[in-house]
Amino acid sequence: MAIRAFFLVLLFCSSLIPSFALYEDQVGLMDWHQQYIGKVKDAVFHTQKAGRKRVIVSTEENVVASLDLRHGQIFWRRVLGPNDAIDGIDIALGKFVITLSSRGGILRAWNLPDGQMVWETSIQGSGASKSVFLIPKVGGDNLIFGLGKGCLYAVSAIDGEVLWKRDMTAESLEIQQIIQAVDSDVLHVSGIIGSNQFGTCKVDAKNGELLMHNTADIPGGLYGEVIPVSSNTLVALDSTRTTLISILFSDGEIILEHTPISNFVGDSYGIAVISPTKLTGTFALKIETLVLFVRLTSEGRLEVVDKIKQPTATSDMLALSEGQQAVGIVQHEDGMIHFSVKLVHDWGNSLLEESIVMDHQRGLSDKVFINNYIRTDRSHGFRALIVMEDHSLILVQQGEIVWRREDGLASVIDVTTSELPVEKDGVSVSKVEHSLFEWLKGHLLKLKGSLMLASTEDLVAIQDLRLKSSEKNKLTRDHNGFRKLLIVLTRAGKLYALHTGDGRIIWSLLLPSLRKTEACECPTGLNLYQWQVPHHHAMDENPSVLIVGRCSSSSDSPGVSSFVDTYTGKELNSLHLLHSVAQVIQLPFTDSTEQRLHLIIDTDKRGHLYPRTPEAREIFQREFSNIYWYSVDTDSSVIRGHMLKSNCISKATNEYCFTTRDLWSVVFPSESEKIIATVTRKVNEVVHTQAKVIADQDVMYKYISKNLLFVATVAPKASGEIGSVMPEEAWLVVYIIDTITGRILQRMTHHGSQGPVHAVFSENWVVYHYFNLRAHRYEISVIEIYDQSRADNKDVLKLVLGKHNLTSPISSYSHPEVVAKSQSYFFSHSVKAMAVTLTAKGITSKHILIGTIGDQRYLDPRRSLNPSQAEKEEGVIPLTDSLPIVPQSYVTHAFKVEGLRGIVTIPAKLESTTLVFAHGVDLYFTRIAPSRTYDSLTEDFSYALLLITIVALVAAIFVTWILSEKKELRDKWSVHLVWKWAFRTGNV
Amino acid sequence: MAGIQRCKPFIVVLLLQIFISALSLSSVNGDGYTINGPVKIQSFGTKGFGHPGKLSNVKVILNGGQSVTFLRPDGYFSFHNVPAGTHLIEVDAIGYFFSPVRIDVSARNPGQIQAALTENRKGLTELVLEPLREEQYYEIREPFSIISVVKSPMGLMVGFMLIVVFLMPKLMENMDPEEMRQAQEQMRNQGVPSLASLLPGAARSN
Repeated sequence: MAIRAFFLVLLFCSSLIPSFALYEDQVGLMDWHQQYIGKVKDAVFHTQKAGRKRVIVSTEENVVASLDLRHGQIFWRRVLGPNDAIDGIDIALGKFVITLSSRGGILRAWNLPDGQMVWETSIQGSGASKSVFLIPKVGGDNLIFGLGKGCLYAVSAIDGEVLWKRDMTAESLEIQQIIQAVDSDVLHVSGIIGSNQFGTCKVDAKNGELLMHNTADIPGGLYGEVIPVSSNTLVALDSTRTTLISILFSDGEIILEHTPISNFVGDSYGIAVISPTKLTGTFALKIETLVLFVRLTSEGRLEVVDKIKQPTATSDMLALSEGQQAVGIVQHEDGMIHFSVKLVHDWGNSLLEESIVMDHQRGLSDKVFINNYIRTDRSHGFRALIVMEDHSLILVQQGEIVWRREDGLASVIDVTTSELPVEKDGVSVSKVEHSLFEWLKGHLLKLKGSLMLASTEDLVAIQDLRLKSSEKNKLTRDHNGFRKLLIVLTRAGKLYALHTGDGRIIWSLLLPSLRKTEACECPTGLNLYQWQVPHHHAMDENPSVLIVGRCSSSSDSPGVSSFVDTYTGKELNSLHLLHSVAQVIQLPFTDSTEQRLHLIIDTDKRGHLYPRTPEAREIFQREFSNIYWYSVDTDSSVIRGHMLKSNCISKATNEYCFTTRDLWSVVFPSESEKIIATVTRKVNEVVHTQAKVIADQDVMYKYISKNLLFVATVAPKASGEIGSVMPEEAWLVVYIIDTITGRILQRMTHHGSQGPVHAVFSENWVVYHYFNLRAHRYEISVIEIYDQSRADNKDVLKLVLGKHNLTSPISSYSHPEVVAKSQSYFFSHSVKAMAVTLTAKGITSKHILIGTIGDQRYLDPRRSLNPSQAEKEEGVIPLTDSLPIVPQSYVTHAFKVEGLRGIVTIPAKLESTTLVFAHGVDLYFTRIAPSRTYDSLTEDFSYALLLITIVALVAAIFVTWILSEKKELRDKWSVHLVWKWAFRTGNV
Repeated sequence: MAGIQRCKPFIVVLLLQIFISALSLSSVNGDGYTINGPVKIQSFGTKGFGHPGKLSNVKVILNGGQSVTFLRPDGYFSFHNVPAGTHLIEVDAIGYFFSPVRIDVSARNPGQIQAALTENRKGLTELVLEPLREEQYYEIREPFSIISVVKSPMGLMVGFMLIVVFLMPKLMENMDPEEMRQAQEQMRNQGVPSLASLLPGAARSN
């Protein structure tokens, strides 16, 4: 009885602890968090009279950040909204960072030391224009002149107040540039009118009054931008791009001068581009790979100062103290970069010439920003911030790379995983614990920690011990399947392999096939697929991944593909596909070397089989009639089902090309429904049980089919933002469609609701998140599908006698009767991404991972979703209409994954555990156990306490043994005495 | 269907609010209105772990990401150029839970704004956003106590053993010797080994 009572207590204790909660000292034990900023667009150094030298950057991920110049860490970082792109950045008054964003619409000032927003000014205007701003370096007015939305305005740098605003649309001037002449209160505004007129205005900087307006005709028109070269000269290309036009304007006169480019380079040259440098008196002219530096002489003539053949990046002009101006130039030459700083007025001499060995995987340099400092011998030293082709950021100083940031990882496109190699014989077995003493010491420390007896130093030691545990960072496969490689494809076309233990980069590869070439002008990566996963037959092969991309953003451009070994990070093979890539289908077949068969569908609806081997073709032919797929056409609101027909017959094809035919199509009325989301089940999902036991001991059979598609459509009017439509005009319709037959299994309408819809499909249920306009809250709904045709298989006798239909094959063509159950809840957060946990065998209960608008992710255990009365009575569902969030269930705890784009879940070998990887501007990885780690001891299991208990028990055993020995002896003595006494009295 | 039924009373509440609630400031500018107001985070007294508590990284989000703004040093935020209609404002501050706020910008009376918390359906007389509660992302370790040690599985094991060792003999002593003998007799007959007989070298010889 006593034992049973104790067991009850035990169970009770363990059930009190919430399933996901994390103690603060466990942060970093299973998870890692990396902060990035994205590809740098613009940078401003702040090094004068500052204790902490920093560089302020704006990036393509709409991030403003302040970086430490010594180490490259982030001092502060602000991530602006997704449609709030930053156009310009500068420092004003020595204490504010000014950013111009939203196409000139919003001007913000940030406090330089801590990144607190100081003021924000919104400029409303009707027109569209370039958005630039200008902070005069001289003069004490503290004004900022800006241009945006067709308006010219002046804003006070102190509080952001708009002092004057002038709509320039009346002059129909397309403003290209604002210049403030030195020591004057006059702004020179210049631009083009129409295509062949040049206009310039003078505007009073004090009040915005238009002082003078002048125009001049440009015969032949202009191409592209007008570049200011000095305070009164602009340079542009004419529309044929063969002649440079320099425009000199002074006091109302406009003088045009034409200089053919052939004067500089001879007759044969390619397309010329003027690059917008801020050099005074000099500009750069790019003709393919050749860069010309052209100077404007005092007589107004143009002359070439320098020609550079190698790929080059040039920095903006930097004013040195003595009124000199310097420019930084970075050139590439086989594995080296040459960084040189030249004086604008004395081009022959370089102030600095440095050569730095550079990793090939970083590609060419894209942008350079330079900054100077005074060395101890009063000469000028320079540091350069270089943005590379792979979006990484490098600081170069004194001929060395001081730090580098892998900011390409801020724009992850796709993620897949790869197993690590198996630990081989001969490879030394883990040397985790050096000696028994240290092992015990470590565990004693942990024990102290768990009993809250540890001092602060002890706590630090414990944390170090945990983080350092080399076990999790090894490069071999582990028993639980926690250690893996995350293969990540970024927008720069670079492939990274990250270790799941600590997130370090194992290798990186700038994919040659995704780099700019003549044939392929702006290649973009699309997806990553596991190409070869060695298993049984081909254990000696390394796993590899397939990268599919296309040559330009339009879907009918030719595709590119590349195969990369995931252990070595070397490209095995690359193909320039002759066809386009519309869809890539991973077939469930592998050849003898475990290469997975892939079918790439092009825009002409032809299928192309990869790998191109006769063996693959043979396997494919065998399964020819079993291959189905679907395509979603959101523009015309049609979903089509396809299958293969025959080989291609046209001459431009080969035997690995197949024609297809349409099987079915679901056409949504385009005037009332627009497809906004489609979701299917994950291919690698495992379902453990077909049946679900509901509260009244009844069994329901799940309708489990891999070929289900969830489609959400909204009213076309309501496809915009929240608040743009009335509830009466909005509706959301959801469908569940069988993708083999096109049969609609379920259709449901939510009136007064609109997108955006985020959904996950798993097993037999789909959970989706949308906005309810009537209640003006977000809602989460669930649909579960049950197979009614198996519902009568409940009789035990029938099951025993085999008279059930559970073993009958499931086919999409049989039309089983299905029942759908649905339930909706209010939900208080906007959602950015949704995913579901995956485990190895599908036994563990599933949790939904939701990326909230605050970029945190949290888990919500999927409730028992049957709205049956019985369950409610039993209290299985708490009777609330909204899903509350327990803060402890945030997977990212106090971290944020800024700019969250996707959540990837990967099953570990241990059934209870799922690996979770979230990517956005930041990366976050952790492992979670939705039903707690029931199949292994937790990380902080106290072995020392176990040992102590065992020792105590052994000691107690010996003590009791001795005690019982003694007692026995005493008993024997007493028996002996009794015998003696009896003997003496003669009783015997 | 359930959702619609549920929200009916809510609409009624909102309609009432439209007449009651006072108005927060807004200005007509071009084609849109300006929504502005403060976010107030009082320190809840107990400052927990992991709360950077920085006001500078608080984001205010309009309509699920349509535009994002930050707080000025005085705690105010503003959205410019907001068209008339019903909007949703969310506040993202780590360590705090804010209810999303429904904002109705009236087209008929320019400049009128009604606000209501969607979480608890409460109207706001002023557009002042305050957190509903603080959020604790970590479990707090319980301080060391004898109880917690005793409650742990090891403690229970030791405790149980102690009971067996020290309490059981006492119980045995209190038993009637006659009964005791009977019980022993029974045990011997059933062949249940006693503690002493399990130990080496402790064979009984009585």
